[in-house]
Amino acid sequence: MTPLSMTTPTDTTIEITRSFNAPVSMVWRAHTEPDLVKQWMTGPPGHTMPECEIDLRVGGAYRYVWVWDDNRMSAYGTFREIEVERWLLLTETFDIFPDNETLVEQVFREREGQTTVTMSLHYDSKETRDGVLQSPMKEGLEASYQSLERLISETV
Amino acid sequence: MTNLDTVFQALSDPTRRAILERLIQGEATVDEISEPFEMSQPSISRHLKVLEQAGLITTRIDGTSRPRRIEPLAFAAIEDWLTRYRAIWHANYERLDDLLEELKQEDDEK
Repeated sequence: MTPLSMTTPTDTTIEITRSFNAPVSMVWRAHTEPDLVKQWMTGPPGHTMPECEIDLRVGGAYRYVWVWDDNRMSAYGTFREIEVERWLLLTETFDIFPDNETLVEQVFREREGQTTVTMSLHYDSKETRDGVLQSPMKEGLEASYQSLERLISETV
Repeated sequence: MTNLDTVFQALSDPTRRAILERLIQGEATVDEISEPFEMSQPSISRHLKVLEQAGLITTRIDGTSRPRRIEPLAFAAIEDWLTRYRAIWHANYERLDDLLEELKQEDDEK
């Protein structure tokens, strides 16, 4: 198990990587079966996820609902690409910002009994994201983008 | 609270990122900002408006001049958001570790 790492490979991408001491089949189930997702993706302390719906097929919808105190927040979206136990590409919108759709990519890799999950959040414009979809990992995510991290360190 | 999506929307355009890189070096007027771009001043002004609405830059009034500058607080807010986001996923994944252990035990019992 390696600790969580978070980087900003481009100005508009956040990438989180974490390894788990479990086979990929199990980690995949924990990410895609509502009864399991509800148990861990609960967010900050005091939050619970009472509702979770996942229709795991391309074009299928999912919805998470979190509650805390008297508050309630949901996230929803659809699956764009699914490669079982390898790759998920989905859209994500939070009900508090209904006009903002983020593209979330999750890559699952098992090696020597450990599974690494890399989650990337693409905040690029829709045009850029569609370009990314057509040619994953090539254009659109060029290193020519100055990283947000550098921008922050130089201005704060 | 900074709406991070608005900020990322503002950052999603290469011209706007170039403008920010220029402003990191110091404040500049619209004329000075426009210079390296093959773009009309009104287009540059529109980009500046987007950056300003996202809270990434501010306008200083200096007589008839309106120099733009980077808003450090906006970047601090982004950093703050990233720190909180990291904490949430750290907690999520710790719970996932526990859940995976339970699943492994269930499998062993079968």
